[in-house]
Amino acid sequence: MLRRTLLATAAAGLGLMATAAASAAAGMDHVKACFVYVGPIGDGGWTFQHHQGALAVKEAYGDKVEVQWQESVPEGADAERVLTQMALGGCNIIFTTSFGYMDATNAVAAKFPNVMFEHATGYKREHPNVSTYNARFYEGRAVVGTIAGRMTKTNKIGYIASFPIPEVIMGINSYYLHAKKVNPDVQLSVVWAFTWFDPAKEADAAKALIDQGVDVITAHTDSTAPLAELAKTPGLVGFGQASDMEAYKPLPRVSSIIDNWAPYYVKRVGELLDGTYAQTDAWEGIAGGEVKIGEITDAVPPEVKAEAEALRDAIAAGTYHPFTGPINKQDGTPWLAEGQVAPDGDLLGMNFFVEGITGAIPN
Amino acid sequence: MLALEKRPNPSRFWLYATPVVAVALTMVAGGVMFAILGKNPFEVVRTIFWVPLFGEFAWYLRGQLLVKAGPLILIAVGLSLGFRAGIWNIGAEGQYIMGAIFGAAVGLAVFPTENRLIFPVMILAGLFGGWIWAMIPAILKTRFNTNEILVSLMLVYVAQTILAMASTNFLRNPEGSGFPGSRNFSSYPAASNPELIAGTGIHWGVVTAVFVVVAAHVLLQRHLLGFQIKLAGQAPRAARFHGVSPNRLVVLCMGVSGALAGVAGLFEVTGPAGQISIDFNVGYGFTAIIVAFLGRLNPVGILFAGLLMALTYIGGEMAATNLGLPSAAIQAFQGMLLFFLLAVDVMTNYRIRFAAMGAR
Repeated sequence: MLRRTLLATAAAGLGLMATAAASAAAGMDHVKACFVYVGPIGDGGWTFQHHQGALAVKEAYGDKVEVQWQESVPEGADAERVLTQMALGGCNIIFTTSFGYMDATNAVAAKFPNVMFEHATGYKREHPNVSTYNARFYEGRAVVGTIAGRMTKTNKIGYIASFPIPEVIMGINSYYLHAKKVNPDVQLSVVWAFTWFDPAKEADAAKALIDQGVDVITAHTDSTAPLAELAKTPGLVGFGQASDMEAYKPLPRVSSIIDNWAPYYVKRVGELLDGTYAQTDAWEGIAGGEVKIGEITDAVPPEVKAEAEALRDAIAAGTYHPFTGPINKQDGTPWLAEGQVAPDGDLLGMNFFVEGITGAIPN
Repeated sequence: MLALEKRPNPSRFWLYATPVVAVALTMVAGGVMFAILGKNPFEVVRTIFWVPLFGEFAWYLRGQLLVKAGPLILIAVGLSLGFRAGIWNIGAEGQYIMGAIFGAAVGLAVFPTENRLIFPVMILAGLFGGWIWAMIPAILKTRFNTNEILVSLMLVYVAQTILAMASTNFLRNPEGSGFPGSRNFSSYPAASNPELIAGTGIHWGVVTAVFVVVAAHVLLQRHLLGFQIKLAGQAPRAARFHGVSPNRLVVLCMGVSGALAGVAGLFEVTGPAGQISIDFNVGYGFTAIIVAFLGRLNPVGILFAGLLMALTYIGGEMAATNLGLPSAAIQAFQGMLLFFLLAVDVMTNYRIRFAAMGAR
C-alpha cells in the first residue's frame, strides 16, 4: 500500500517536472522536499539541526509536503547516485547539506532542470536550478570567542577544525580575534581533524589540545565527542556546536552556536508552493535567526555573560561586524584598514589566518 | 542434544548452498528487525532486492549496480587468491587509495596534454601504486616474519593520511581557490574514465573486472600456479614437498591483490569519483573481503557476490530514502549477511548430529 502511494507521488512528481517551468511560476499543490545528510541524524550536531529544519517544513505545511531524507551519504560518487535517485523519485526540491556535495549537486542539477537544488555552504551555482545557502556562523564564533578569551586560565584556547575551507578558516579567525580583543595574552592552537563526523578522531583532537594545556575548546566538527572529552576534567570549557548540546550544561558547555535552518527551509518550500521561488544565494546570520547563541550558563561570570550578550545584540542590530579593521593577515600584510568592514567576497574566499595565529593552514 | 561432527570431506552441497541459505536467513532476520522498527518487512526486503533490478527506475539503477560492483569484484578477486593460499591481505583499502593517488598524479602531472597514451600509462601507475603498497607487508613478512594482517591494515591509515595530504597539498586543484581536492577528471578527456555506453554504468573498471574474473578462473583451474595457491592453503606441508616456495607465493599473492586494488582505485578516481578528495575512499577495500568470502573465494562466485553486495547498497539506499529507514539499519542488514554466511559455512565442514542426552 505504501509503495502504491509512493509511486503515485513519484508519478505526480514526474508530471510536475514535465511542466515545471509553468508550474514553478504558478505554484504547486504538493511539494516533495528531500534532504541529503552527510552524517547520521543522531550526531547531535550538524545533521541533527538540518533534520530539525526538515521536520519544521513538514510541521508548517502538513499534507501539502512530503519530506524524505537519506543519512550518512558519502561525499563523492555515492552522493551523485543518491541525488539522481531522489530526482527520479519525484523530489521537487533537494537540499544537499554538506560542502562536499557541491560538484555532485551541480552535475545532477544539469540533468534535472525542473528539480530545484539547494546546496548548503557551497559557492557553485552552475545552473539556474541551483541555489546556495549558508549562515554567518562567524558571528556566533565572535560571541563564543569573547567568552573563551575571558574564561581561559592558561591563556591557551583550542579549535578543532574540520577541513581547510574558507567557511572553517573564517570561524577560526573570528573566534581568535574576539578572544584576543578581551584577552591580549591568549594563544590559539588549531587541530585539523579532516573529518566532519568521526567521534573517535574528534575526541583524540580534544585530548591532544588538553594535553597542550588548552582549557577552552571550540569545535567545527559535528559530534558531541569534544564536549564529552572536556567533561572528563573538571573546569574545562567548551561550546555546543551546530546544536545546543544542552546535555553538557553547565560545564563544560557554557554556551553554544545553534544552526537554525528551519526558517530558510520553510521559506523556500513555501515559495515553491506559492510560485515565488527563484534562484538565490542566501547568507543570513544572527539577525535573520539562522544563527542562534545558546543559553550562557551560570558557570560564566555575570559580567562576561553580559559582555557576550551585548556583542550578540550589536551584531543582530547591525551596529557591529565581527570583521572590522584594522586587521592584518598572518604574515603582517594589511587586510582591513581602520573601520573598514570585510566584504562578503573576502570572507567567502578566505584562505589566510589573521595576525597572531600561529601555525599554517594545511595546503 | 546437538553435536557437530567433522565431515571427512567438505560437503559439495553446502559449499554452494551456503550463500543461498545465508541470503535467505538474512532476509528473515532482517525482516524481523525491520518489523521491530515499525516498517513492513516485505516492503523493505522487496525495495532492497527487487526495486533496483525491476522497479520503475531500473534503467538507471542497473547501471549503478555495475558502478558499485566493479571495484568490489576487482579487489575481491585479487584478495581471494591470497586468502586461498592462507595469505591475509586486509589492507586493500590502502592499496586502493595508493593506486588512485599514483594514477591520478601521473594524469595531473601532464595536464592538459591530450594524448591517447595518457590513460594507459595512468592504469599502469595505478597498478604500480597498489602493488608497491602491498609489497611493504609482503617483504616484511618474508624477510622479518611480521604478520601481514596487522601491517597491511595499519598501512590503510598511512594511506589515508597521504590521501589527505594529496588533496590539500600536492595534488590540489590550483584553480580551486584553496579548497581541498584535485582537478576533476571529467573535464580532462585524455585522463578520464567515462561511461563507455551512456546509461549502462559500464566504464573501463567494470570491463577490467569481468576480464579479471575470467583470468582468475583460468589461472585456478588450468595453471600450475593456481594449483600451487590452492595446495598451499589446503596443505602447506604438502605444498612445500611439491616445491612451492611460501615466500614466493606471499610476494605474488600480495602483489596481485595490491595491484588489482590499486587499479580499482585508479578507475574509480578517474571515473565515478572524478577527483582525489580527502574522503575519496568509501570502504570498498574492506567490503571486498566480505565479497570474497560470500563468493566462496571463487572468481565466478565473487562476480555474483559483488553484484549482490552492490544490490544491498543501492537497494538499501532506496529503502532508507523511500521508507525512512535509518542508515544504521541497512548497515546492520549487510552485517547480518556476513554473520549468517560464516555461521552457515560451518555446515560445509561439519554435520549436525542429533543425539539423545547421555547416549554417547
